[in-house]
Amino acid sequence: MEVFLQQLINGITLGSIYGLIAIGYTMVFGIIGMVNFAHGDVFMVSAFIAMITFLLIGALVGSVPVVIAIVLMLVVAMVLTSLWNWTIERVAYRPLRGSFRLAPLISAIGVSIFLSNFVQVTQGPRNKPVPGMLNDVIILVESPTYNVAISYKQIMIMVVTAILLAAFWYLVQKTSLGRAQRACEQDRKMASLLGIDVDRTISITFVMGAALAAVAGVMYMVYYGVVSFSDGFNPGVKAFTAAVLGGIGSLPGAVVGGLLIGLIEVFWSAYFTIDYKDVAAFSILAITLIFMPQGLLGKPEVEKV
Amino acid sequence: MNRWEEKPLLKLEHLTMRFGGLVAVNDLSFSAGEGDITALIGPNGAGKTTVFNCITGFYKPTEGRIALRHGEAKVWDELDAATARPDRRMVRAGAGLYLLERMPDFEVSAHAKVARTFQNIRLFSGMTVLENLLVAQHNALMTASGFTVLGLLGLPAYRKAEKASIEKAKYWLDRIDLMDRADDPAGDLPYGAQRRLEIARAMCTEPVLLCLDEPAAGLNPRESADLNALLLGIREKDGTSILLIEHDMSVVMEISDHVVVLDYGTKISDGKPDFVRNDPKVIAAYLGVSDEEVEAVEAEVLS
Repeated sequence: MEVFLQQLINGITLGSIYGLIAIGYTMVFGIIGMVNFAHGDVFMVSAFIAMITFLLIGALVGSVPVVIAIVLMLVVAMVLTSLWNWTIERVAYRPLRGSFRLAPLISAIGVSIFLSNFVQVTQGPRNKPVPGMLNDVIILVESPTYNVAISYKQIMIMVVTAILLAAFWYLVQKTSLGRAQRACEQDRKMASLLGIDVDRTISITFVMGAALAAVAGVMYMVYYGVVSFSDGFNPGVKAFTAAVLGGIGSLPGAVVGGLLIGLIEVFWSAYFTIDYKDVAAFSILAITLIFMPQGLLGKPEVEKV
Repeated sequence: MNRWEEKPLLKLEHLTMRFGGLVAVNDLSFSAGEGDITALIGPNGAGKTTVFNCITGFYKPTEGRIALRHGEAKVWDELDAATARPDRRMVRAGAGLYLLERMPDFEVSAHAKVARTFQNIRLFSGMTVLENLLVAQHNALMTASGFTVLGLLGLPAYRKAEKASIEKAKYWLDRIDLMDRADDPAGDLPYGAQRRLEIARAMCTEPVLLCLDEPAAGLNPRESADLNALLLGIREKDGTSILLIEHDMSVVMEISDHVVVLDYGTKISDGKPDFVRNDPKVIAAYLGVSDEEVEAVEAEVLS
């Protein structure tokens, strides 16, 4: 029972990070029907931006309270990563809009390779350790054999994720910008005829996806205390799996999918073998796709004749 | 003198649209008058929808000029000067000229204030009826919300703008009799109601010109009568001029002030409904006879 509780906490933490990345995949897919394979690497870049910010704070200001350092990292990472993703969309995807379907997809793979190599060359191929932050824990259940504990950083990750998701849900459901995004998702041509600047709306979508990925990047760095140029791939693919599992195009689906993938991975490692945790996650994906091709919360495509 | 000659709102001049070797629209010129309901009719494949696509920025015409006026009519005198400049529009206090053939599609709606519907219904079917009407007011809301930053902070100016847009949406819901369905997904409405909602949505962009592509297609006689009333109401109350493509002659003859007839991409007749109805060329185009036989056929039709 104690082990179960502990793994539940760990799983939700990891799932929150996946969920934040998955939203970027699902939104971009929803609006332009393209899987943005570079999204995982954008996430990795944001973790590096956060790390550099952290080191700069240390070098320039000296010691600051951890909370302020994290807020600064979040702000800098969100701004710079959004700028990166905006540029990527502008340079690599927009010129290919209206081209055949696979063109932007291939371009995205190219961007992905570019980003990971760029970081490898400029930052070096080795893992970069970051000093631990918010390592204190609260013991929830005390028992002679196993203490169930939640660390401050886990609490931070869950709280920040929850706040962001609420703000994000409000933005998409209740504001004019969100309505424009949903309109572009359904019928881009009609949206432009109603005076919506579709290109700008797509850019904003990329910026929003990047901002969420940046938050995930900061959380990831704080949680694991290490970043590497190859860190974009695995979480990226997992988050993509989460988006598909939840139903690609659906925002709540991305979050639910992220949490599920996080939980599956953690529980599998705890009760079975850690070597096969990725196999477990992807098997669930395969099974879902066979029996529910639209994902858990996705809408089935109904064609009216 | 006819209103479309005296006070034109839209002028098409020598419009030609070629797709490869196919000439879809051939040297077409006509005007649509301010406050008029102008009908564009013609047999299938005559190029009517192509003309609409040129006006609303979907196609760049191969040749020709499409100009729209805002404000005072005497601004037309400066049309050639405006065309000589590389700009898309010439705006000054109280008047403006818009060269539609130079504008990308969202600008035609956002700046030139031309709204349009399609032959097939293109509502955002997953969004509610109310949201469909709010999307059309996106630009006004975005300006008021300081591009959503202020909106997220919930500032009073934004709340006021949001409230105004909901009021306007409600006003249109009332006009089209859909108030009680406001929160239902638009895709769940019956066909006739979807047609009316599309027109209301287009009107929420505050257009000076409303382009309707076969609005009466698939409507039953009752719905068709409702549509006529709605369109006449738009002309009277909102002062929006209407350009419509229609096959249903009862709609065309009943509500339009001006009819332009196309056949094989060329204009064959242009005038008041009564004039067009009796034009031998129109009768020939619709019944498919050579010019020599027109009189015989005409006699037959009229007898």
